[in-house]
Amino acid sequence: MQRRSEWLPHLVIWLGIAITAFPIYQAFIATTWMPPDLAQAPVPVLPGPYGLDNFARVLFDGGTSKVGTTPVGVMMWNSLVMALAITLGKIAISLLSAYAVVFFQFPGRMICFWLIFITLMLPVEVRIVPTYQVVVDLGMLNTFAGLTVPLIASATATLLFRQFFLTIPDELVEAAKIDGAGPMRFFKDTVVPLSATNMAALFVILFIYGWNQYLWPLLIAPAAEMDTVVLGIKKMMGGADAPTDWNLVMATALLALLPPVAVVVLMQRWFVKGLVDQEK
Amino acid sequence: MAQVTLQSVEKRFGDTQVLHGISTDIPDGAFVVIVGPSGCGKSTLLRIVAGLETQSNGQILIDGRDVSALEPKDRDIAMVFQNYALYPHMTVRENMAYGLKIRGLPTDQISQRVARAADILQLGPYLDRKPRQLSGGQRQRVAMGRAIVREPKAFLFDEPLSNLDAKLRVQMRVEIKKLQRQLGITSLYVTHDQVEAMTLADRLICMNAGRADQIGSPLDLYTKPSTTFVAGFIGSPAMNLVSATVSDDGVDISFGVERLPLDPIWQESAGRPVIFGIRPEHLVATGDGPIQVSVDLVEALGADTLIYGQTQSGQTLTARLPGSSVVGIGDKIRLTALSGHQHLFDTDTGIRLPSKT
Repeated sequence: MQRRSEWLPHLVIWLGIAITAFPIYQAFIATTWMPPDLAQAPVPVLPGPYGLDNFARVLFDGGTSKVGTTPVGVMMWNSLVMALAITLGKIAISLLSAYAVVFFQFPGRMICFWLIFITLMLPVEVRIVPTYQVVVDLGMLNTFAGLTVPLIASATATLLFRQFFLTIPDELVEAAKIDGAGPMRFFKDTVVPLSATNMAALFVILFIYGWNQYLWPLLIAPAAEMDTVVLGIKKMMGGADAPTDWNLVMATALLALLPPVAVVVLMQRWFVKGLVDQEK
Repeated sequence: MAQVTLQSVEKRFGDTQVLHGISTDIPDGAFVVIVGPSGCGKSTLLRIVAGLETQSNGQILIDGRDVSALEPKDRDIAMVFQNYALYPHMTVRENMAYGLKIRGLPTDQISQRVARAADILQLGPYLDRKPRQLSGGQRQRVAMGRAIVREPKAFLFDEPLSNLDAKLRVQMRVEIKKLQRQLGITSLYVTHDQVEAMTLADRLICMNAGRADQIGSPLDLYTKPSTTFVAGFIGSPAMNLVSATVSDDGVDISFGVERLPLDPIWQESAGRPVIFGIRPEHLVATGDGPIQVSVDLVEALGADTLIYGQTQSGQTLTARLPGSSVVGIGDKIRLTALSGHQHLFDTDTGIRLPSKT
């Protein structure tokens, strides 16, 4: 009985892991073969010999056998810049706007808050045509600014910071006033350090959000050299005229997974540390 | 160190007036305690002195300088908060040094002052810890340290001991008193705890509904409360207050069937209805006492025994009898009100009646 009660849960857990991980494993296997091997009836389940070749090819030469496609290295860079700009921009803007809404008494404070809040009601897709028009009018097509700026203003992050700021005791604000810290000093010395945990959590969420943008880059940055990796994968999955090089698509897909995974892993450690260190 | 002067300070929140013109002088180096129940405006008054709240009327003078319109940081005061309000992400050292750093003091001077404060407060071993790693009492001391290093003209304390447990509260109370003596800095201290108020204060301001009912030494307030409110608030258990009538010749006072001799100093009130006040500790059990009380509840405190009971005419009385008296619930005992400790107040206004002293 004792042993059985141990192996059964383990079996269930291992099964779960296997089911979740199998697609990733299969994708990895695909990157180590050539297209003809993958087209055969029993798809290989063990690694083949072409792994390094395939990765080198997508990274530096381009995603498909077609001439003139963007190397995945460039696409990854585009994605990284876009994701980081969106993440950092959102955090900065929402920190500041939440700070203004919570700690300052000014006429129309609640109106400002509700104006920010109601933008939540309009998802990007609803306002995509007018936003596109604005970006075109400002001449920001095919630029990083066009890719990122419209996505930066964020009600969600503002709300999150607002909720957190509301938990900062008034007495702490008053202590800072008596210590002689002005509003910006209080922001820099107290509010930002106390928000570190929240910023880490938001960073993870927003980075993934930014990295996975599809519709917006598709509209705003049609130029091949501006392709993000998510767009690139889609473009590589061939049209009617050419067969899809699944080995290269899978290699690109695996590469595209790495930065978000790295962010989660790295920030998670930090995030947990933040949680443990937090004032009760 | 400085003299702090309040000149008819008023505060209105919308239509509600919470402070009705408070004036007092706090002499240099004095420890003044503002005491009152919650909602009496005592914290608001302190916050006005700190500059965290603006008065609707009146002035605050520190060392003769009108600071009414100045920002808190320009008033040269330091404040200790009820929840300590330490910066959670800074070490004890950084917490204490922060205000000085903002002021732009040279680093060596800052560390000198922090070291001295840490020395006074025995915080030396904890300088590099974060507030969460400290106990309540230690956090309280850091908050004090933050005030001390500023070397301000005045300390403001906003119920600083309320978050501590009873034992620590007594201990910190003693420490605060000693520290204030040692540093000689004018202090204004807000509390709702009358024991804290009595023990700490050189001078007590007893507030009731936005008014300073009485300002004086703790013993003044105890021996000569100027209103029924002060009488009931200062002293524990509270003073007994019963409706009574003074006889026409001013010799006796009666409430219901009880009739007892009145101190001759109250002659002027002859023949009028009054509120009669007597502290529990000034009721003594005597075989032939004029007040018969049937006992409802007995609290044996060891040194004293508190008796809660009802007179024949239905008035509730509390008596503090010395030692552990053997009195049971339902017993009838006879009490006498000690002469020299009787108080008379006006029935309508609750103000102490004039007496010959």
